[in-house]
Amino acid sequence: MANHSEQEILKGLGEIIEEIVGTEPSEVTPEKSFVDDLDIDSLSMVEIAIAAQDKFGVEIPDDQLKDLKTVQDVINFIQK
Amino acid sequence: MFRSPSAPGGAAITAFGEYQPSRVVTNADLEARVDTNDEWIQSRVGIRERRVAGPEDTVASMAVAAGGKALAASGLSAEDVDLVIVATCTAQDQIPNTAATVAARLGITAPGAFDLNAACAGFCYALGVASDMVRGGSSRNVLVIGSEKLSDWVDWDDRGTCVIFADGAGAAIVSAAEEHGIGPVVWGSSGERADKIYLRDHKYLYQEGQAVFRWTTTELYKVALEAMEKAGVEPSELTAFVPHQANLRIVESIAKRLGAPQALVARDIVTAGNTSSASIPLALSRMIGRGELPSGSTVLTLGFGAGLVYAAQVIRIP
Repeated sequence: MANHSEQEILKGLGEIIEEIVGTEPSEVTPEKSFVDDLDIDSLSMVEIAIAAQDKFGVEIPDDQLKDLKTVQDVINFIQK
Repeated sequence: MFRSPSAPGGAAITAFGEYQPSRVVTNADLEARVDTNDEWIQSRVGIRERRVAGPEDTVASMAVAAGGKALAASGLSAEDVDLVIVATCTAQDQIPNTAATVAARLGITAPGAFDLNAACAGFCYALGVASDMVRGGSSRNVLVIGSEKLSDWVDWDDRGTCVIFADGAGAAIVSAAEEHGIGPVVWGSSGERADKIYLRDHKYLYQEGQAVFRWTTTELYKVALEAMEKAGVEPSELTAFVPHQANLRIVESIAKRLGAPQALVARDIVTAGNTSSASIPLALSRMIGRGELPSGSTVLTLGFGAGLVYAAQVIRIP
């Protein structure tokens, strides 16, 4: 699997989140919390995880998903 | 060699019927009881209000009400029915079964009668069985009912589940017909994921919301596509898609992947809640009642739920 740069993942997440919940990609920055800042609920998180898997080839299982609170957490998980 | 039934023709649904308890429980009513609100419920599950049974409504009584309406609409008399199948997973008692009681209360004399538990996929399973019983020559007219009193199995202090589940019943008559009107059922199960939806402490419905959401939105459209393929129906020919009314977001997510943008998508959950095996026949009956599904319409059904189990087939509207 290709290694993705932090910038690449951030851009990809911005596109995914825009597609799923309609948030402006520029709002999606590393320190943002999905629940508190981006107003993304648990079911949308599943949709984001599924889309991220398609885009980056990294599976994010439900039991790990609940620990990913911020955009940076997801970037780190995908890069790991 | 045993004698085989004389060459049967097809099987088709000839009538629907439905019953809902009279008590409406709105999101505002639930706000008064648990820490939730209308906006949260509508955005997560898409429900505005649901029906909840009173003590006078049982799985059997609701099945009788829905089944009686379907029977009346079919034009058959009670003695014409030779098989009654009640799909339910919320019967108050394991013994006796519900179907025999329902048959007797409807005046149906000595039919085959059994309950079928495939949770929220129960109606699609039962419809598949009924269709094949008729085509195989074992039955002529089958009364198929989905009836559920989920409110008995809900923890009314658990805001994660009490906003979703509801009560009701839906029924259909399946009869021998020259033109086959029920496509082959595509069914299956995934028992290794039995722990995703179950009765916690043998008492209260519990589901892992994220796991169920992931399963339903990533895997089940393939089952639906296979049911269309087996029936020889193109997605462009669908009048409507009537899946189990589990959660509006699940319904809409699966619908998007069918390649049938013209198909009306059932949104019965908005006012009926999630009624498990009753949700598909209830939605169909109500949609027909509103004139949304003209006679001859081609409709795709898809049931899925605890087990995990799932089933889909294409049907023709009577």
